[in-house]
Amino acid sequence: MEPIEQSDKPVISKQVDGFFITVYEIFGFISRFFREVLRRPFETREFIRQCFYIGNRSLPLISLTGFITGLVFTKQSRPSLAEFGATSWLPSLISIAIVRALAPLVTALICAGRVGSSIGAELASMKVTEQIDAMEVSAINPFKYLVMTRVLACTICLPLLMCYNGLIALVGAFVDIHLNEQTSMDTFIQNAFTNISFLDLAASLVKALVYGFTIGIVSCYQGFHASQGTEGVGKSANVSVVVSMFLIFIEEVIIVQLVNMIR
Amino acid sequence: MKSFIPDIDRQQTVISIRGLYKSFGSNHVLRGVDLDLHRGENIVVLGRSGTGKSVLIKVIVGLLYPDAGTVTVLGQEVPELDAHALRDLRLKVGFCFQHGALYDSMTVGENLAFPLKRNEPGMSRKERDKRIEMVLEAIGLSHTIGQMPAELSGGQRKRIGIGRTLILRPEIMLYDEPTAGLDPITCTEINDLINEVQHRFKTSSIIITHDLTCAKSTGDTIAVLKEGRFIRQGNFNDVFGSDEALIREFYEYNFIQ
Repeated sequence: MEPIEQSDKPVISKQVDGFFITVYEIFGFISRFFREVLRRPFETREFIRQCFYIGNRSLPLISLTGFITGLVFTKQSRPSLAEFGATSWLPSLISIAIVRALAPLVTALICAGRVGSSIGAELASMKVTEQIDAMEVSAINPFKYLVMTRVLACTICLPLLMCYNGLIALVGAFVDIHLNEQTSMDTFIQNAFTNISFLDLAASLVKALVYGFTIGIVSCYQGFHASQGTEGVGKSANVSVVVSMFLIFIEEVIIVQLVNMIR
Repeated sequence: MKSFIPDIDRQQTVISIRGLYKSFGSNHVLRGVDLDLHRGENIVVLGRSGTGKSVLIKVIVGLLYPDAGTVTVLGQEVPELDAHALRDLRLKVGFCFQHGALYDSMTVGENLAFPLKRNEPGMSRKERDKRIEMVLEAIGLSHTIGQMPAELSGGQRKRIGIGRTLILRPEIMLYDEPTAGLDPITCTEINDLINEVQHRFKTSSIIITHDLTCAKSTGDTIAVLKEGRFIRQGNFNDVFGSDEALIREFYEYNFIQ
């Protein structure tokens, strides 16, 4: 039987064809994730290891950025409110900003940089050194072991890290407000949470879940489809971060619009 | 000279390939390959770089799909298998990668234990440790059990790669350039190991190489691949008695230079 002749000629152009092929592959990758997520075997140990790696090891960076975000945002907002003699609104303003936007976004961007690049580079390196093929031929499902565990760990850890980041940011804001306005902890807490609704908290949690899933799936896809040797490893790490951040901003706009429609 | 393994039905075909075509875009790599591997036999596939030797064994194990032709392994048509059946087949076919492809975040012991844990979940820890010890002893690297792949030499990495494949007790072994990039002494050790694996574990093998010393010492049959087709198959003396230019070049480069 003679093979069907394959043509190198692009349908539209090489770039346009490449774009549509990539979109098709990404949807295939995502649908494979949902198809396999509830199927046995569950790689529990690897999932816990990834949660530890993504969650625990991100804590120092999340703590630092959370504290600085709260502190700096309070300092920057004070002069504007002081013009109207409304510095007593600072706790309320800051908490709304942190809960609704800053905590999810800052956490997601930090994780996209730290976790996304690390997953992209690790999987890409495994791909180019044939370790992923070695799993395949040893009758091990590399998608389950490598992709599923990392995507789930990202999706679950990001909301937890976001809550932690929000709390630390509020601590930063309290420190600045306490030093400048001598506001007590009780008053700060009372003012800070008066204007936070359930919808705000729920929307932030949904955002964090979506961002976590995005970081996990984008970086795993990039790593899993790496090529061109060591150059491909660097490219995968880089593209994982850039694409994750880009998608996070797009998702932020969409989710904010949806929440405002509900509000 | 290679000795034959007793107690094996050497007439039984374990891999049968007919009319295999594989292209990557306009690059036609395999153009009608026919090959039969019998039980207990070692076939060496020789050819220049880029002639599709590695593609051939990747098609056999289902890592690549053929464009046309049939690939039958242990009576099963590989391209037609579903994921579950392919997984079961892969337990019987070991694949040794050119650079070992060891999992670099795991120790040697963990590298060997990993396929066992996933594919034989009912096996006790004691049994697993015993199997790992047995395989490490067979490849002569018992002392490396706690070492990381980065601490091993190129030859040791290849041997551990072979060991990791043997741990699942495959019936067929596929070796991708087992001696590439190694010094002549280590090459001889790897060649001896391939022969020992064939005798001790009663495996049938396809060995991809362009090293004639490896071909001579490990191959029962030599198959020479040129421009996507086998131009000659037979024992070493038959093949290298040919006047074919590529074969003469190979011989002269390896044994005269």
